[in-house]
Amino acid sequence: MSPTPRKLKVATVSLAGCFGCHMSFLDIDERLFDLIEHIEFDRSPLTDIKQVGACDIGLIEGGLCNAENVQVLREFRAHCKTLVAVGACAITGGLPAQRNHLDLGQLLTEVYRSRPGLSAGGAIPNDPELPLLLNKVHPIREVVHVDYSLPGCPPSADAFWHFLSDLMAGRTPHLGHGLIHYD
Amino acid sequence: MTDDVSPTQSFSLDGDDLPFASGETILQAATRAGRYIPHLCWHPDFAAHGSCRICSVKVNGRVGAACTVQAAAGLEVESNTPEMNRQRKTLLQMLFVEGNHFCPSCEKSGNCLLQATAYQMGMEGPHFEEFYPNRPVDASHPDILLDFNRCILCELCVRASREADGKNIFAIGGHGMGTHLLVNSASGQLGDTAMSLDDRAAHICPVGVILPKRRGFVIPIGQRRFDLKPVSQQREGDAT
Repeated sequence: MSPTPRKLKVATVSLAGCFGCHMSFLDIDERLFDLIEHIEFDRSPLTDIKQVGACDIGLIEGGLCNAENVQVLREFRAHCKTLVAVGACAITGGLPAQRNHLDLGQLLTEVYRSRPGLSAGGAIPNDPELPLLLNKVHPIREVVHVDYSLPGCPPSADAFWHFLSDLMAGRTPHLGHGLIHYD
Repeated sequence: MTDDVSPTQSFSLDGDDLPFASGETILQAATRAGRYIPHLCWHPDFAAHGSCRICSVKVNGRVGAACTVQAAAGLEVESNTPEMNRQRKTLLQMLFVEGNHFCPSCEKSGNCLLQATAYQMGMEGPHFEEFYPNRPVDASHPDILLDFNRCILCELCVRASREADGKNIFAIGGHGMGTHLLVNSASGQLGDTAMSLDDRAAHICPVGVILPKRRGFVIPIGQRRFDLKPVSQQREGDAT
């Protein structure tokens, strides 16, 4: 009898994203039972493991808007054999990147100091525990090598399933019409 | 374009014989025959512009724009090949990073020729570093919004306004990286022109620059033109 194949280790994380890609991933519904026959989760919002371990596949949602995002991304790259940029934010910066032609200082002032309705003495948050904001929002491929991109906002559940099925079977993922979407 | 096709004159497109009429370009002949050659700045109702180069094909081994190269008997044209499609994908990736193409927040998404062509070429990401240019929108017109963030400089609006509407409302100005779409009014604002929602130019934009106001999401995302069928299977000239 041939030995049972080792389960692939998969880690997922949301950087500057809205968790919509994770929600769409969960929308594969009962196929999760098939999936779990082939993979086990490492760091992920689904497991609450805090540090990423040695993994076969890393799925990254969201772009880079602060220093912590960059640190987590680098840890994923160092620990994952295959890194996948999932969704518009990870691939292009997405909606958060629409602030990129604006001045960050002016933005923070607008939001925390000069917006109508704020209480007197409002200040821009500066707690040392808050990650330092980047001047611009960046797609993840500007910092690390990305092996594959799974586009969409979010990618559909079928796109996730098709993509992961290809990847688990050792095929280069290919999304045809209806699965490749940028919106 | 003419329907006067002489069956004795033909050229080869990806190995198939394609008849053409005198004076036709490769793209005109291919389109009339229902063959898809990817393109952005070309439209059957207007003169060829040859600027986007997405329709580049190999003609007897040399690369040329199918919208400008005249069809001729015996030409060997290669279009739908891995090499040409790879080059088209690279051109598309460059177009995407030069502007601000945030598809999830664009009401043209699903009806956008740039996006649909990128789907067709299997573009999963933009590959190059994003420019994130600063291009303020023009909302001065009561019925039409201009969002320059998505302009690919195809000049279809320029041609439509000049040739179909007789108004000459748009122009391309600047040089190199600074090339941009202009509005021909003293203020530079669309609200100070004679532009009308009935104009051909108001509906010709292949991307989401010229948008009629108050109609944004009439058709939900997922049910729009290129959501239903890939661009290669659509009829040329259908409204977007």
